[in-house]
Amino acid sequence: MAAPAPPSGPLGGILAVVARQRELSLLVVMLVLGAFVAIQAPQFLSISNLTQVTVLASIIGVAAVGQALVVLTRNVDLSVESTMGLVAFVVADVLAQRLLDMPVAIAAGLLLGLILGMINGIVVGALRVPAIVATLGTLSIYRGIVFLLAGGKQVTLTDLPEGYTALARANVFGIPLFFVIALIIVVVAAIVLRQTRFGRQIYAVGSNPEAAEILGIRAGLVTFVAFSACGLLAGLAGVLWGMEFGTINATSATGVTLQVVAAVVVGGVAIFGGSGTVVGAGLGALFLGFISNSLVLLRFSQFWLLAIYGVVILAAVALDGYLLRRLQRSTARSRAR
Amino acid sequence: MTTAVTTSVSARGRTVLSSFVRWETLLIVLVLGLIWVGTTVSPVFLTPRNFTNLVTAVIEVAIIALAMTLIIIAGEIDLSVESMAGLSCALLGFLFAAGIPLEVGIPAVLLVGALGGLLNGLLVTRFGLPSLVVTLGTLALFRGLALGILGPKGVTGFPESFTSFGFGTVPGTPIPWPFLIFLGLALVLGIVLHGTWIGRQIYAVGKNAAAARYSGVRVARIKLWLFVLSGVVSALAGVILTARFASARADIGQGMTLTVVTVVLLGGVNIFGGRGTIPGVALAALVLAILGNVLRLTNISAEIQSISVGLLLIISVVIPNLAHQAKSAMDRARGGRRTSAGSVGPGEVVSP
Repeated sequence: MAAPAPPSGPLGGILAVVARQRELSLLVVMLVLGAFVAIQAPQFLSISNLTQVTVLASIIGVAAVGQALVVLTRNVDLSVESTMGLVAFVVADVLAQRLLDMPVAIAAGLLLGLILGMINGIVVGALRVPAIVATLGTLSIYRGIVFLLAGGKQVTLTDLPEGYTALARANVFGIPLFFVIALIIVVVAAIVLRQTRFGRQIYAVGSNPEAAEILGIRAGLVTFVAFSACGLLAGLAGVLWGMEFGTINATSATGVTLQVVAAVVVGGVAIFGGSGTVVGAGLGALFLGFISNSLVLLRFSQFWLLAIYGVVILAAVALDGYLLRRLQRSTARSRAR
Repeated sequence: MTTAVTTSVSARGRTVLSSFVRWETLLIVLVLGLIWVGTTVSPVFLTPRNFTNLVTAVIEVAIIALAMTLIIIAGEIDLSVESMAGLSCALLGFLFAAGIPLEVGIPAVLLVGALGGLLNGLLVTRFGLPSLVVTLGTLALFRGLALGILGPKGVTGFPESFTSFGFGTVPGTPIPWPFLIFLGLALVLGIVLHGTWIGRQIYAVGKNAAAARYSGVRVARIKLWLFVLSGVVSALAGVILTARFASARADIGQGMTLTVVTVVLLGGVNIFGGRGTIPGVALAALVLAILGNVLRLTNISAEIQSISVGLLLIISVVIPNLAHQAKSAMDRARGGRRTSAGSVGPGEVVSP
């Protein structure tokens, strides 16, 4: 986005801040809502509850960082949930049969995620199939493969080596391990986006693919790398999913794509590419996890959760659209002056 | 992001016509090939009973695909169709369980479909939001409402007059009743799209919305009505699903959007808008119906079906893309003018 608009009155000033600081405003909204929930249901602030929220949000957050990279290039990856499901099942199955040691199995799972992401990247980046078509296709292809491998069987907690699922409850200096992993990934991705040539190329491709090509950026290659990274991170999210839930079958992680895309959109990444941060995507994941948790604590039926996610997505994009228009209008006005 | 194909006028007339003919011809060849495979693998393939099963299995998808065709030609997309079908089903069950007769319940859920479509349309046209995210949001919202209304329970006990509409066939023929709805809708939408000024405006909107607006097309109004149409048609599909399963559940129709979009793209509609035909999409629905039927008759697992649908979706875009790239490479080699590198859909239509 161009230079911030000059504030026109107090409301304009607030809007300009909201527009520029999506991450900050998300934090503020979470704190206000959190205070409300904590008053209504004091157990919200208990260590065990906060751990639960952050562990689940971290899984979505890891996948959301990958999705953000793809969305920044003006694409979308709808296949993340199938990638997660396939990796979660393969790793769990391999461990249950004691075919590989745990570190090797996890590495194999990450590699599988990377390969699935690379396939998406080739179809979109090289074969020039629109991302929505390509990943809608691989969404069902990857899920079909899980069904072929799993059939009706499932891997349960007792089949898995003890150390595997224990990692979901491990912590580093009192902070859940999953949260630390998510944090590291957000920080690394943020640094790559801000400080490296590749990061700037991602924004360039997302802002204007034709212009990026003219500047000598290989848009297809950048898209390929973004999809590959997304697959790798979805694979990691799948491994974490397996550790957290312990019971994995063919339908594991179904419907997660919606949460991941919602986290990215709520986190302020523009769906038409070129604008947004991975920090926003991470916070978006935390925000969604927080809403889900609040519903449980405030004794709402979980069946309404999906409807509320829908409203949150719509509200976030509507706010984005509104702010963008307002910003454009005031920029135009300040230029005319 | 389509850029106009810049070939000379006469060449364009020829290629448009030939590619139009070629894609639909390809689909017809595919249909005939699949019929041949079907008859060789199974003796029951050509029986009237199997025809009924074959058509019924994809009828809701085919009906929604007709509305989706218009939306995608206009350059938008509606991912919320499967949830609207689910919401319509859940609401119909809820109303029926509350003692409201179907004569009132069915119009009510169709109205809800229109309102849901209106919500999509207003968010896209008034707020200028991308339909991909808006309908992803309503995909969650409508399904969430369905789950909220009905919860995990199902509603059964619908009157036989209603369920026989889902199961039954037109007396003396193997034609299932919902197929008549599909035919009627295909006829009406086909005529509107290919024979009226409204259809020409839909193509214009999808080819270049800005240019269409400057030439006096009410872009927003057209898109708004198309989303309303999509909502109503999806709700109608939900009613048919309810009749066919003789029960109402909140999770019905999940994953259907993928199949609908596959049918539309396989039918030769360009995902970026501006190109495609109703006959093409109807043929694609037939291809999918026969493919699924043959796979079922040969006892190939449902997983292979979902994989083959996904592959079909990707291939139906890759092949025209590659053909187009090869063609523009040939044009360049001949010293002709360069055509756009963007993806161009297969089902070009002769539009003025």
